[in-house]
Amino acid sequence: MNISLVTSQDTDLATRAASPLAVRGMTVSYGQTPAIFSVDMTVRAGAMTAIVGPNGAGKSTLLKAALGVIAPLAGSVTVFGEPMADMRDRIAYVPQRASVDWDFPVRVIDVVMMGMYRKLGLLGRIRGQHKALAQECLDRVGMADFAHRQIGQLSGGQQQRVFLARALAQEADIYVLDEPFAGVDAATEKAIIAVLQGLRDAGKTVLAVHHDLATVPDYFDDVLLLNTQVVAAGPVAEAFIEDNLQAAYGGRLTTARADPESVAG
Amino acid sequence: MLADALLLQLGYNATLVTIGAALLGIASGVAGTFLFLRKRALVSDAISHATLPGVGLAFIFMVVMGGEGRSLFGLLLGAGVSAAFGLLCVQWLADRTRLGEDAAIGAVLSVFFGFGIVILTVIQTMNAGRQAGLEGFLLGSTAGMLRSDAILLAVSAALVLALVVILRRPLGLAAFDPGYAEATGWSLPRVDLAMMGIVLVVTVVGLKVVGLILIVALLIVPPVTARFWTERADHVVIIAGVVGGVSGYVGAASSATAPALPTGPIVVLVGFAIFLFSLLFSPRRGVLASLLTHLRYQRRVHVRQGLLALAQGQPIYEVLTRRLLERAGLVLPDGVPTPAGQAAASKALLDETRWAIVRGDQAYALAATRYDGLTPIEDVLTPDQLTEVDGKIDAPQVVA
Repeated sequence: MNISLVTSQDTDLATRAASPLAVRGMTVSYGQTPAIFSVDMTVRAGAMTAIVGPNGAGKSTLLKAALGVIAPLAGSVTVFGEPMADMRDRIAYVPQRASVDWDFPVRVIDVVMMGMYRKLGLLGRIRGQHKALAQECLDRVGMADFAHRQIGQLSGGQQQRVFLARALAQEADIYVLDEPFAGVDAATEKAIIAVLQGLRDAGKTVLAVHHDLATVPDYFDDVLLLNTQVVAAGPVAEAFIEDNLQAAYGGRLTTARADPESVAG
Repeated sequence: MLADALLLQLGYNATLVTIGAALLGIASGVAGTFLFLRKRALVSDAISHATLPGVGLAFIFMVVMGGEGRSLFGLLLGAGVSAAFGLLCVQWLADRTRLGEDAAIGAVLSVFFGFGIVILTVIQTMNAGRQAGLEGFLLGSTAGMLRSDAILLAVSAALVLALVVILRRPLGLAAFDPGYAEATGWSLPRVDLAMMGIVLVVTVVGLKVVGLILIVALLIVPPVTARFWTERADHVVIIAGVVGGVSGYVGAASSATAPALPTGPIVVLVGFAIFLFSLLFSPRRGVLASLLTHLRYQRRVHVRQGLLALAQGQPIYEVLTRRLLERAGLVLPDGVPTPAGQAAASKALLDETRWAIVRGDQAYALAATRYDGLTPIEDVLTPDQLTEVDGKIDAPQVVA
């Protein structure tokens, strides 16, 4: 009995060392009811993974807790087996668009530059190479012409692309996105998914909260179905099946399919 | 007289006060910018009111220890400690209880201020020490300003500027996108603590000049004013520093021209004057500019709607529309379109038809997002694309 326990721990160590983002036993609570409870998540390297689940399932909470934006009650996070704190440089985060004040006095190029703050440190000078990288990142999301606009003048889709450009500027290995397609136009959705697939093809790892069940098989390789606890996780072909969806969404499945925005959040 | 004051010709004390106030203005404008951008401007009100008990207790402590209780450094140290304690209370109430930050600020501000007043009253009944002048911390008193006070202000201002230069990136990031700041490894509580520390320094050294009731104005008015003139956070910081410095300099100099003029309130009023000017006349965000933009936009909408009505042979009911078309020479007083009006009307209709096709076609999704009912489609599509769109117009057009 003892021996088998040790073995399973060893296997998990190996699993976590290979995973760009591994969460174990994560519980977050706002008050007395948990938003997520004892969640295990092992993101596969070089794959695109979607976190899917009904409204209030704790999808964004899981992301934020994994990245240390909110403090969990319990749980640990590792990046390639190392503690998150030592590996921040490897992770780029794209928060929900609604989470910031878009009337803030800042230009598009300045927002992209924020992606390099960690590299620049407190006093590092912004040089030509940094500006060139920022411009290139904007170009990759099709926003090159907007570099000197104030961010408030952009449409929702354009704002989302700027956020993605900022993440690209981090030159990370893992890209974590919170609802990247919420409230954006079709052209933006196409542009974003093209960039993300490009990252995946370059060997990077992508993890996104996603709300549109219809596009999950087209866009993603792996899926994690969440409803406070993990309902199912694995390759789309195995985990994204009717029984699991039914278990995650319950009576809300029909609504979720008909109107994806209704379960966003 | 005012010219003399502005050129620092009114004597030693007036010069010290003027330079000191200008330095304080620069420091407070710069420090206040990050509070304003982080949308926590009112926290400074709690900080400043929470200094009062510290001033009183420091005085009592110094008297009990056998001194006169007049050491400015001692009084300011007391002010700083009690302000920091007030700040912790606000933070604790907002984080750990169900009170919102606004309620927490209100509670801390009033309780600390009330407690401070009680202590000052007690001090007045004391026999020991020289308590005269402690009320100066309420509204500032610059009459007896010493060289050492001015040096204290200069050192603090330099310290604040240096800290802001060093911390500009985390401070800006935390204000714009706190979640991202946290995710990229800048500890939000620590960044906020640094910001509050900077504000606390400015508040405490500003007590002697403008007093605890008005220091808030020096922290908030400059950044709010600066925001009217720029869309960049780094420029807001610089402009706010300039506005604060000018307010301090001009305000203090003006107050020196007459014996009864209080420095702090005049400084604040000068700052308010600059704010008012910006509010009205800023070219992009000002009230006047917004009004003009709105009127111009309204006119364009009316002309466009009028032209479309003409093209479709509908009557125009709105007086403003008719007047605008008439003034532009597009219709005659009896409502009949002139030749120019007819040309413009059919042009508008063609534009609208082309737009309808563009907006209904997925291939033009990006161009379609630029539809606002006014932009001519030639501005959005290339000539080639236009020809393609025109090919899709069913001829003849059926016009209802």
